Amino acid sequence: MSGHSNWPEWIYVGVVVALMCWVGAEAWEAERLVEHVPADAEVIKVTGQQWFWSFEHEDGTKEIGELHVEKGKAYKLEIHSKDVNHSFNIHDYVVLMDAIPGRVNTVWFAPTDVGEHDIQCREYCGLIHYNMRGTLIVEEPHS
Amino acid sequence: MVLELQKPRPIWQIMFSTHHTDVGLLYLITSLGFLFMGGALALAIRAELFLPGSQIIADSMTFNRIFTVHGTTLIFLFIIPFASAVGNYFVPIMVRYKDMAYPKLNAIAFWMIPPAGALIWLGFADFTWYATPPYSIISAPGPAADMWIFGLKILGVSSVLGAINFVVTILKCKHPDMSIGQVPLLAWSFLSSSLIILVAIPTFAAALLMLLTDRLGVTGFFNPAMGGDPIAYAHLFWFTFHPEVYVLVIPAIGMMYEIIPRFSRKPIYSFNSGIFAFVLLSIVGFSSWAHHMYATGMSFTEKTVFMVGTLAAVPASAMHVYNFIATMWNGRIKFLTPMMWSVGGIALFFSAGAGGVANAAMPLDFTTHDTYWVVGHFHLFVMGTIAFGSIGFLYYMYPYVTGRMYNETMGKIHFIMSFIGTVLVFFTQHVLGLYGMPRRIFDYPPIPEWIAMNQIASVGAMIIGVSMAIFLANMIYSAGKGKPANTEDPFGVGGKYYYPFEAKNPSH
Repeated sequence: MSGHSNWPEWIYVGVVVALMCWVGAEAWEAERLVEHVPADAEVIKVTGQQWFWSFEHEDGTKEIGELHVEKGKAYKLEIHSKDVNHSFNIHDYVVLMDAIPGRVNTVWFAPTDVGEHDIQCREYCGLIHYNMRGTLIVEEPHS
Repeated sequence: MVLELQKPRPIWQIMFSTHHTDVGLLYLITSLGFLFMGGALALAIRAELFLPGSQIIADSMTFNRIFTVHGTTLIFLFIIPFASAVGNYFVPIMVRYKDMAYPKLNAIAFWMIPPAGALIWLGFADFTWYATPPYSIISAPGPAADMWIFGLKILGVSSVLGAINFVVTILKCKHPDMSIGQVPLLAWSFLSSSLIILVAIPTFAAALLMLLTDRLGVTGFFNPAMGGDPIAYAHLFWFTFHPEVYVLVIPAIGMMYEIIPRFSRKPIYSFNSGIFAFVLLSIVGFSSWAHHMYATGMSFTEKTVFMVGTLAAVPASAMHVYNFIATMWNGRIKFLTPMMWSVGGIALFFSAGAGGVANAAMPLDFTTHDTYWVVGHFHLFVMGTIAFGSIGFLYYMYPYVTGRMYNETMGKIHFIMSFIGTVLVFFTQHVLGLYGMPRRIFDYPPIPEWIAMNQIASVGAMIIGVSMAIFLANMIYSAGKGKPANTEDPFGVGGKYYYPFEAKNPSH
C-alpha cells in the first residue's frame, strides 16, 4: 500500500524468531540439567510460617532461622508452608521455590564453599515479610 | 472544541454530558488526577528506601498499604482511564462517526471510576495488587481488603462496558466507505485491546467473587484449610493480567503510531504489519500467563510450554519497533515534545523487552523472580513505554483539547528530566535485583551495594517528581494563558491536523 517492498522486515522478523528459538533451546537445556536431583541428596524439610523459617534434617535435628549444611554434599529441600504463601530463597546459590500451604515443592542445591549466606522470603506474606530472613551456614564436612 | 475556555460552559454541562469529547475530557482529568496521587505514593516509597531503617513511614503495615494502593492506582486508575480518554476523543473521529456507539453507556462506564477509586483509596488495602490467597483470605485486615475487592469489581465492569462500546463503534459505526483495513492504527489498537478485555476480564471477575466468598468464610476455593488451592487463584489472576499488560501497552503503541509518521513527515512504513502485530500480540498474550508462576512448583513440561508462549510475543513486539524505526528513517523529523516522548518510549520499550526475554527463560527466572529486577522490568514498561507514549500523546492532543499551545521549552525539560529519572530508577533496580534485594520490603539490611543503588533510584525518582511538577504547571498555566493554537496545523508539520476542530460539540 505504501509502494515499497517489505522484504527487509521479513528478514528482520526471521532473525528475531531464530534468536528466540536459540534462547528457548538454551534455557530448556539448562533447566533440564538443573532439575535433575542427585540420587544421594540428603532431604531437609523446610517450613515457612509468619514470619520465620524452620528446618528439619533427616536425622531429626531441628533448627529455626539457621540452616547448617556441609560443603560438597547435595541437599534436597522439601518446602512446606503452615499459613500463607512464602518463597524460600538463598540468593547466592540461586535457590528459589515457593512455599504454598497444602503443597510440597522441592528444590535442590550443593554448597561448594564454606561460608554464610542469607536466606530470605521473596513472596509477600504480610506485616514482617521484609524481615523474614535466616542464615545458611556451610561447614567443613564432619568426619 | 471542548474546554472552550474562551467561552466557558458550566462544569455540570460537561459532567452530565454524554458526548464523546466531554466523556473523554472527564476520563482525561480523572486519570491525570490519579497519576499524581499514585506518583506521590511512589515518592514516599522511594524516600523510605533511601536508607535502611525507618525514614518517613512509621511501620511496615503502612508501607505495605502504600505500595498496594500505588500499584492499583497507577494501573487501573491512571493507565486504563487515560487510554479510554484518548479512545473517546479520537476513535469516533477516526471511523467518521458522530459519537461513540452507545453514548449513555459510555458516560456510565466513566462514572463507575470515581466510586471505585474512592473505595480503593479509602480502604488502603495491604495485600499487593495480586491479592494473593491465602494471605488475602485469612490474614489481610478488613474492611480494607473488601473495599479493594469491590473497587476492582466495579473497575472491571467499567472496562468491559468501555470495551463493548469501542468494538461496536469501530466495527459497526465506521463510515461505509471505509474498509476495516483503512481504519487508522490508533483505532485498531483500541479494537485489539478491547477484544482482549472482553476475553480476559470475566475470568478475573469470577476470581474476585470467589475471593470475596472465601473471605466471608462461605467457600474455600483458594483456602487450603478448607480444601482449596491458592495456585488456582494465581492461574485465574494471571490469565487475566498477563493479557492485560497488552491492554495497557497496545493503546500506547497506537498513540506512537499516530505521532511518529506525522512528525517524521512520512507515511507509516508498513500499515499492514502494524495491524498484524496488534492482532498477533492480542492472541499470543493469552499463551504466556504462567511465566509468572515458574516458582510455584510447576512441572518441567508446563514451564516449557509457557516459556515458548512467552517468547512468541517477542517477534510481534519487535515488528512495532522495526516499523517505527523504518518510518523515521530518512524522514524530515521535527523533534517537538510529542515526538521526543515517543522516541524515548521506543528506546525504553526495546530495553524493557530485552529484559523480558531474560524473565521468560526458565533458569534465569529463578535469579530474578520477585526481586527488584522484576520491579525495574515492569516499571520500565509501564513508565518508560506506556506512560511515555501517553504523555507524548497528551502533548499532541493538547491544542485539540484546549485550543491553546503548551509551553514547548517546559515540555522538553519535562521529557529530558523524566527520561534521565526513568533510566536512573529502573535500570538501577534491575541491577539491584541481581544483587538479591526482594521486592515489597519495608526495610533492608545495610549491604553497601544495596544502599548505594537504592539511593541512586531514589534520586532518580525525585528527578521524575520535579519534572512532573513542571508538567502540571505547564498544563494548567497554558490552558488559560498559552498562545492560541493554529488549529489547522498546530505543530507546523504540514498536512492537515485532520481532527475537525471547528466541528462544534453537536449535542450541546
